Amino acid sequence: MSLLEIKNLHVEIDGKKILNGLSLNVEKGQVAAIMGPNGSGKSTLAYVLAGKEDYDVTEGDILFDGESILDMDPDVRAAKGLFLAFQYPIEIPGVATMNFLRTALNAQRKARGEGELSTPEFLKRVREAAAKLDIDPEMLKRSVNVGFSGGEKKRAEVLQMTMFEPRLAILDETDSGLDIDALKIAADGVNRLRSPERSFLVITHYQRLLDHIVPDVVHVLSKGRIVRTGGKELALELEARGYAEYQDEAA
Amino acid sequence: MAELTVVKTEAEKGLADAFAAAKPKLPGGGPVAAMREAAFRQFQACGLPNRRVEEYKYTDLRALMRDAKPLAAPPSKAAIEAARDRKPFDELDAITLTLLNGSFVPELSDLSATAAGLTIVPLSGALAEGNALVAKVGRLAAGNDDVMVALNTAFLNDGLIVEVADGAAIDRPILVRHVFGDASAAATFARLVLTVGKGARVHLIETFCGSDADYQVNAALELAIADGAHVDHVKVIEDGGMSLHVSSLLADIGAHARFNDFTFITGGAAVRNQLFVRFGGEETVARIHGASMLKARQHADTTLVADHAVGHCQSRELFKSVLDGESRGVFQGKIIVQPNAQKTDGKMAAHALLLSEAAEADAKPELEIFADDVVCGHGATAGALDEDLLFYLRARGIPPKEAEALLIQAFIGEAVEGIEHAGLRELLMESAARWLAARS
Repeated sequence: MSLLEIKNLHVEIDGKKILNGLSLNVEKGQVAAIMGPNGSGKSTLAYVLAGKEDYDVTEGDILFDGESILDMDPDVRAAKGLFLAFQYPIEIPGVATMNFLRTALNAQRKARGEGELSTPEFLKRVREAAAKLDIDPEMLKRSVNVGFSGGEKKRAEVLQMTMFEPRLAILDETDSGLDIDALKIAADGVNRLRSPERSFLVITHYQRLLDHIVPDVVHVLSKGRIVRTGGKELALELEARGYAEYQDEAA
Repeated sequence: MAELTVVKTEAEKGLADAFAAAKPKLPGGGPVAAMREAAFRQFQACGLPNRRVEEYKYTDLRALMRDAKPLAAPPSKAAIEAARDRKPFDELDAITLTLLNGSFVPELSDLSATAAGLTIVPLSGALAEGNALVAKVGRLAAGNDDVMVALNTAFLNDGLIVEVADGAAIDRPILVRHVFGDASAAATFARLVLTVGKGARVHLIETFCGSDADYQVNAALELAIADGAHVDHVKVIEDGGMSLHVSSLLADIGAHARFNDFTFITGGAAVRNQLFVRFGGEETVARIHGASMLKARQHADTTLVADHAVGHCQSRELFKSVLDGESRGVFQGKIIVQPNAQKTDGKMAAHALLLSEAAEADAKPELEIFADDVVCGHGATAGALDEDLLFYLRARGIPPKEAEALLIQAFIGEAVEGIEHAGLRELLMESAARWLAARS
């Protein structure tokens, strides 16, 4: 059984159709890339998977570990092991990063029937994860993402991913706004988390992220559905030839 | 010409009867009696403030105050024993003083533990024996024409006179607990008079709490801050859910002083929190903050007048309200800059977070600027919790109520941060957390 099965998904926002019969499977341990031009529905897919309420699913289903998640709240999905790394991580003034990480981690553990982490154990995990991502511990005392640079925000997302140990991580344009050094740090963080027990859905417009996070499979999204699937070499082809032919085909 | 007769409400008649009956028994000599009489005449001329009075536009006390409760009697032994369990902020290492039903109670107070340079005198005793400090009572109230302050002057029967000598640094905060303990309603009129000498340092914390009776509180604090002094005043209003609370701060600040004021309102059916702050000396910095957390049909009005009589002072006002149910939060803030008060720097902000469709926030900022070289501004916002922030937190596994609580605490926290006493900051944030936990 695939970890994630998206079946004939149709999604609208404010009456406008964005996803149009999208079907896709992600296997356990697989790193799947979704590439597509602007407006093809990449971010919508990410938000719908995470459970954002603004979207109407008019047809189809999403199965996570064989179970439909369409009626599940975002926090329930997160506790089940689904994680979305945001394209634009949100600033939360007044909520210290450390407090946020701890509240979130313990909420997920509680929902899964696991005990809360002790303070020393929690601090040990945060410090280790932060050190590997070159995150200054002082940054963790500051409000979530407030005053962070673009690179710091993305690293903070990877830090969360490291702490929460999801079964499926969705990376929404993690490369956007990053210079090459910041991109490498973030990609290394993701690569350290690769395991036979964890799957990734890497959403990107450009191929360059896939130089660092090498996918097992590449899907091309256009006009709200998958129009082609191939190996990692498909990304290079897209980089060379652009998306024009897929946009025409889907039109 | 026909004589115009003003129809008096039940409460206004009740207050007139109460004053006539109490007058012979209220403590204080000739000057005090004259002061009471003048104040009461002012009340009689104006009546209870109603919505046609601009300052009371959103808080019509004539409508809110259905009747005048009997004046509270000094508490019985049994009442004093019963009040031993009401100990808000017991965790603080403070010089604790208790006013039960408006009367000073030595058994629940800590008069022996005073510090060098600190004098604390119960007001009723001082009035009865004609203590010289009584001359300080009413000095700041005299310059104020608010009717509720006048009523407090007319009826004041107890409270505290506190003197901090020049240069004295009082390490432990002074904690004044205003407790209403009775099951049947009554009205209290406590007056605090705090005079802080030159270069002195003091913290005053006032807490208000009480029973489920529909009691009425009208308290006033006269606060005179001399040059170079540093004063923190925190007022926590957690009165019973049926009570009507009116309290007034009358502050006069000298030069090169620092003043931090914070009001935290969670209690009372209706609250009118008034702050009259006069800047009387240059180079003074004041931070006047507040937060309210209201639910059900609670009504809380904070009305502030910051009067810059001289220049070169800085004032920062920040008020935050969290409004649930059908509650209503009112903020009226007026910054006055007198003609000679050049280089005044005043910034005022009021922000309301509406947690329900039926909650209401009213903000009325006013700037009256008569000087031409000043920096003054104000801002006000009202809105719901940000959906994008909530989604981010929920996508991290935090359930809706907890996610809301985190954001609300952060919202309140910005105002609480202004409090210098770390222990008190923590206690107030714990109080906010309790309020949030009680939300169903």
